[in-house]
Amino acid sequence: MQRTYELMFIVRPDMADEDVDKVVSTVDAQVTSAGGAVKSVDRMGKRRLAYLVRNFADGLYILFTIEGPGSAITEVERRLRVTEPVIKFITVRVDEEQKRLGKVKAIRDSRRRGQGTHAAQAAAAEAAQTAEPPAEQAPAQA
Amino acid sequence: MADENVQQPQAPAASEGGAPRPQGGRPPRSGPGGGPGGPRGDRKYFRRKKVCKFCTEKIDAIDYKDYRLLGQFVAESGRIVPRRLSGVCTPHQRRLSKAIKQARNIALLPFAAASRP
Repeated sequence: MQRTYELMFIVRPDMADEDVDKVVSTVDAQVTSAGGAVKSVDRMGKRRLAYLVRNFADGLYILFTIEGPGSAITEVERRLRVTEPVIKFITVRVDEEQKRLGKVKAIRDSRRRGQGTHAAQAAAAEAAQTAEPPAEQAPAQA
Repeated sequence: MADENVQQPQAPAASEGGAPRPQGGRPPRSGPGGGPGGPRGDRKYFRRKKVCKFCTEKIDAIDYKDYRLLGQFVAESGRIVPRRLSGVCTPHQRRLSKAIKQARNIALLPFAAASRP
């Protein structure tokens, strides 16, 4: 059962770039060894934290999109807890949400297609666009 | 106790009728039915017709990473704005609340603002 998760973690800011890369590749290897697949890695850069975490005021945000069973996530989280540079992490399950969003989009598309053959060609063009992951559209709209 | 048993079915019936009971004889409040007609000091009723921002803009996914959007529904103190002030509809308010709590956990939003000295 392949579930999709988003794992976001914060790395302490006073680390060199190659150390950050090392952390990222370590986590990547841990995910694959635990039986998951890393879909994408997004380095969101240094951001000011909303509150002090281990006496740090900013941190480097890194986002992993992972596909795999729940046991893989448990294992990765267990290792992240002991990884010294990682100061905070959160895992969010996104496959149910994406399923729901896909359904909503499908209903909207079918409604538009039912409004005439002239709109059918426009709807076909839109269907290609809505194939993009919906998670990317929310930050684009913000 | 035995002779009181015979008298008991009669006694409570008498006392129930005698004792005054506020059974809801108070007239029910007419409610904010006359709100749009003209607020008569009850300004809180339907002060303005607020619409749900997510419903009008058709935003489906409320992402915890989108701290700017979430920040609009968070007060200065860091608390989540109630639905009656922000005008958000119930299902979106629930998702919004969940996303704000996720963002707080990953330090994208504060739990509480800096306290005054």
